[in-house]
Amino acid sequence: MPALAELEAAYAAMRADAAFQAALDDLMRTYVGRPTPLTHARRLTARLGGAQIYLKREDLAHSGAHKINNALGQALLAQHMGKRRVIAETGAGQHGVATATAAALLGLECVVYMGTVDIARQAPNVLRMKLLGAEVRPVDSGSRTLKDAINEAIRDWVTHVDTTHYLLGSALGPHPYPTMVRDFQSVIGEEARAQITAQAGRLPDMCVACVGGGSNAIGLFHAFREYPGVRLVGVEAGGAGIASGRHAARFADPRLGRPGVLHGTYTYVLQDPDGQIALTHSISAGLDYAAVGPEHAYLRETGRAEYTHADDAQALEAFQLLARTEGILPALESAHAVAEAVRRAPILDPNQIVLVNLSGRGDKDLETVTQALNMQGGVQ
Amino acid sequence: MSTAVKIDGLEHIAAAFRAAGDAGRTALMPYFTLGYPDPETSLDVIEAVAHAGADLIELGVPFSDPLADGPTIQRSTQVALEQGVNVARCLALTGELRARGVAQPLLLMGYYNPILAYGVERFVEEATQAGADGFIVPDLPPEEADALDAACTAQGSALVYLLAPTSTPARIALVAGRTRGFLYLVSLAGVTGARGQLPPDLAAFVARARAAAHTPLAVGFGISTPAQARAVGALADGVIVGSALVDAVTGADDPPGAAADFVAGLWRALERPA
Repeated sequence: MPALAELEAAYAAMRADAAFQAALDDLMRTYVGRPTPLTHARRLTARLGGAQIYLKREDLAHSGAHKINNALGQALLAQHMGKRRVIAETGAGQHGVATATAAALLGLECVVYMGTVDIARQAPNVLRMKLLGAEVRPVDSGSRTLKDAINEAIRDWVTHVDTTHYLLGSALGPHPYPTMVRDFQSVIGEEARAQITAQAGRLPDMCVACVGGGSNAIGLFHAFREYPGVRLVGVEAGGAGIASGRHAARFADPRLGRPGVLHGTYTYVLQDPDGQIALTHSISAGLDYAAVGPEHAYLRETGRAEYTHADDAQALEAFQLLARTEGILPALESAHAVAEAVRRAPILDPNQIVLVNLSGRGDKDLETVTQALNMQGGVQ
Repeated sequence: MSTAVKIDGLEHIAAAFRAAGDAGRTALMPYFTLGYPDPETSLDVIEAVAHAGADLIELGVPFSDPLADGPTIQRSTQVALEQGVNVARCLALTGELRARGVAQPLLLMGYYNPILAYGVERFVEEATQAGADGFIVPDLPPEEADALDAACTAQGSALVYLLAPTSTPARIALVAGRTRGFLYLVSLAGVTGARGQLPPDLAAFVARARAAAHTPLAVGFGISTPAQARAVGALADGVIVGSALVDAVTGADDPPGAAADFVAGLWRALERPA
């Protein structure tokens, strides 16, 4: 608790500090490569025969995903707080890579906790983190995925709180994390709103993003929340199907998804009737988490955003479709958002616009995709 | 309950600290995980602990994601969970301990989500009926504890808050002001588990807490040997030992015997020199 109070105060001071904001903006432009483009996906649009699909290209941000926006912001904050060491949890490895990248850039010591299941399925990202000078600590407890990596990161933080900043990667955890992470990610939506206005002359009818913890989605949604004509659609991981119980769709399964407390957040949590946290499953490691960011629970409760899910097979199909129609390999996480656009676009009018957050690139997933396609008879 | 007259949990706890103090001793509060290594053995172990000199006893309620615990207690709660030791079973086990004549104050220590899932009021009511005197919920800070606080007040039960050594004076005042039963001082920055030595600044931390507290002070986390217990006992009103007890029992041929030997060693160390 004292550490959270310290962080809250430091973050409040930083928000009001023009020099800090200027330093962050400069890094975003000259290091991350922002603004990331907004791509009109013309061939995908033509294939689906409905609404115009635009892709917000966070896959083109340095280190390959939107995670760098938050990692750099928090690493800069850690430096201002006098913390020489940052720790992070990672699922898909994107946040771990982003944190390792930011730490290398700013000369901070970096330790990343990662479940052994995720280490096995995201090997390229493990290597990237090591090459960037981070120590990757395998987590072998519980489900050996993201939730357990967060447990270990919190245990590390309370043990080394004097020297260490916990660089949490999603819009989760105790206050001030959900707000702070949203703020660092809201650059996605701010840019996208300006870009779509410039390129299409109007706002989109719908914004679609995948939701694990929900940082890329909240980063996109935040800039559109005051525009009631823009529908906000979050896509959870349907895994092997809701009925199977093997998924990470907190909002879609009333048997398992109920309000509860995990990692200092009161939100929708997949849990058994005894309140033990449920094991989750998704083909995408980054969506494989039992709780959802609390602001998404709020947006759903107020009706401002709607939430749906795409299962492993739909994500895999969308992955291939985007590759062949647009020449883009999306992260499997982002492929869930693409899958929803594939479902929605054909029933919308060609003068309508669906804006999809392409939150990361898919290079890290080639092994997973190859295995999944081999089970279907191989890459055609 | 084996006692003829039912007293409330707060009184029961206060009396235990008083009795230890009157006898010139620091109160000894062992922790053990309910259901480890199996439900029946855990009852035998806790009964042995009660006879070996515990003044109060903490009963661990298993949770899938025990954030404040190190590897030893994580493993023990995982083993208990695999045998279906949920909240309902923990309450039944608590009742069985009372039926076996365990008379010490019993504090249930567990994380918030299983309590929330069970129903906060129902949990406190049924736990109190089963014989629990108080509750320790390490992932629930006082600011978020209104519902549990009200339920405990209604039952006369203790609600014990943890205080970290990194706390500011304002935080110490807040937590010390809200805790009921005793104040749980976390000896070090970190999670539960045996450590080689005590943190050097412990005496100063206890003194700062003492100045703000209106309850007894008990120190836990990282205390594993009689010598450490004696050193802490010179500062505080109570000493909490958990992971080291679980370690002593793990793999022992005679778990209750191993637990009794371990606790008796701590008990002897806690007599204050006259």
